[in-house]
Amino acid sequence: MSVKISVSINGKKYTSEVEPRQLLVYHLREALALTGSHVGCDTSSCGACTVLVDGQAVKSCTTLAAQVDGCNVITVEGLAKNGNLHPIQEGFKEEHGLQCGFCTPGMIMAAADLLQNNPDPSETEIRHALEGNFCRCTGYHNIVRSIQWAANKLKETNAAVL
Amino acid sequence: MIPANFEYHRAGSVDEALSLLDQPDVYAKVLSGGHSLIPALKLRLNQPGALVDIARIAELRYIRQDGNSIAIGSTSTHKDIANSALLAQHIAMLPEAAGLIGDPQVRNVGTIGGSIAHADPAADWPGVLLAADAEIVLRSKAGSRTLAAQDFFLGFYSTALQEGEIVTEIRVPIPAAGTKSTYQKFMQPASRFAIVGCAAVVQVSDGTCSMVRVAFNGVADACFRDVNVENALIGKAATAENIAAAAAQAAQGVSILSDHYAAEDYRKHLAVVYAKRALTVVAG
Repeated sequence: MSVKISVSINGKKYTSEVEPRQLLVYHLREALALTGSHVGCDTSSCGACTVLVDGQAVKSCTTLAAQVDGCNVITVEGLAKNGNLHPIQEGFKEEHGLQCGFCTPGMIMAAADLLQNNPDPSETEIRHALEGNFCRCTGYHNIVRSIQWAANKLKETNAAVL
Repeated sequence: MIPANFEYHRAGSVDEALSLLDQPDVYAKVLSGGHSLIPALKLRLNQPGALVDIARIAELRYIRQDGNSIAIGSTSTHKDIANSALLAQHIAMLPEAAGLIGDPQVRNVGTIGGSIAHADPAADWPGVLLAADAEIVLRSKAGSRTLAAQDFFLGFYSTALQEGEIVTEIRVPIPAAGTKSTYQKFMQPASRFAIVGCAAVVQVSDGTCSMVRVAFNGVADACFRDVNVENALIGKAATAENIAAAAAQAAQGVSILSDHYAAEDYRKHLAVVYAKRALTVVAG
């Protein structure tokens, strides 16, 4: 048995037949070739698979594709516009917010959720907002600086996060 | 990790969900946020034939005052509860505990009804609801019944929830004026589940602890009310000495969990420490 789902992903409508047990992250990566969302721990601890579902950060390894039928999904591939990096991506580049880069897509999507709700977060608030994301290179200091850089850029340019 | 296959149904109302659950020869489970169930399915600890998704049933997602209680719809997310001004005003322990669950992604999706139906011994809601003296409302095709939290949580991953029943509401009595509540936890650093979580609700009248409810998560194979701590403090002056003496009674006579995070003696020590911290917040 399969279920038919219709999902807006990065602004584009996709209609697919999926097995009910299909996890969102595998649907994104294997069926739609959106490989930016990573499978890290596969147990909803590490956050490398974080995507936004209807604007909220969600761990796509612990979400069935069927659960997002009719929803609006944004993955890390959906952030850059017209070949320009999103301010959060730019922040990670400017502040050396990545080392191996494996956790980066999840960090960026968690930061997008934070900055939508709190455009001017303190360092403590940023660290709490990243509780669901692990960086095994342990590069947390620069990740925090990257998000601060992005918050400032968004403020200066008076831009919305999404 | 891929779950075994199952059928998936999304219900638009509680009645529709109850009909979908009632399929002969199909073991159907309720899916809400999925943050307890999906990990269990991935590990194949549970292999239902069908899932009935109730997450989008609008009639189950609310937090509102209903007489002398606050009624919480079962698909309210941890985030909904963490952000509830109504709960913060009347029983601060609930938003406090909600904000300590998992991480932002988990709180965005996980629901209170799903968490209590799963009844993980290290989850935060069970002990909090015991200390809050909450009631759990269950609905089935036969009608609705309301159980005290004490009668709902039966043991290790075990509740009074029957097949064909759905948790629809959690009812938290509004405490008398002068009552304070808190939830203090020592958490596993990756999963953020409770190694020891202590919920405490205390009313202090004229300097005396007139009402005390204390409950633990993570310490034993299920949440429990700690009557030894409660009895040691009820009727006593709210002093640091009395709080310490009451907290020293924590986790007596229960079978304490032991694992590679915290051995039995360390967990018991933590139970005393966290009982003292929680009681100091509400009665100190």
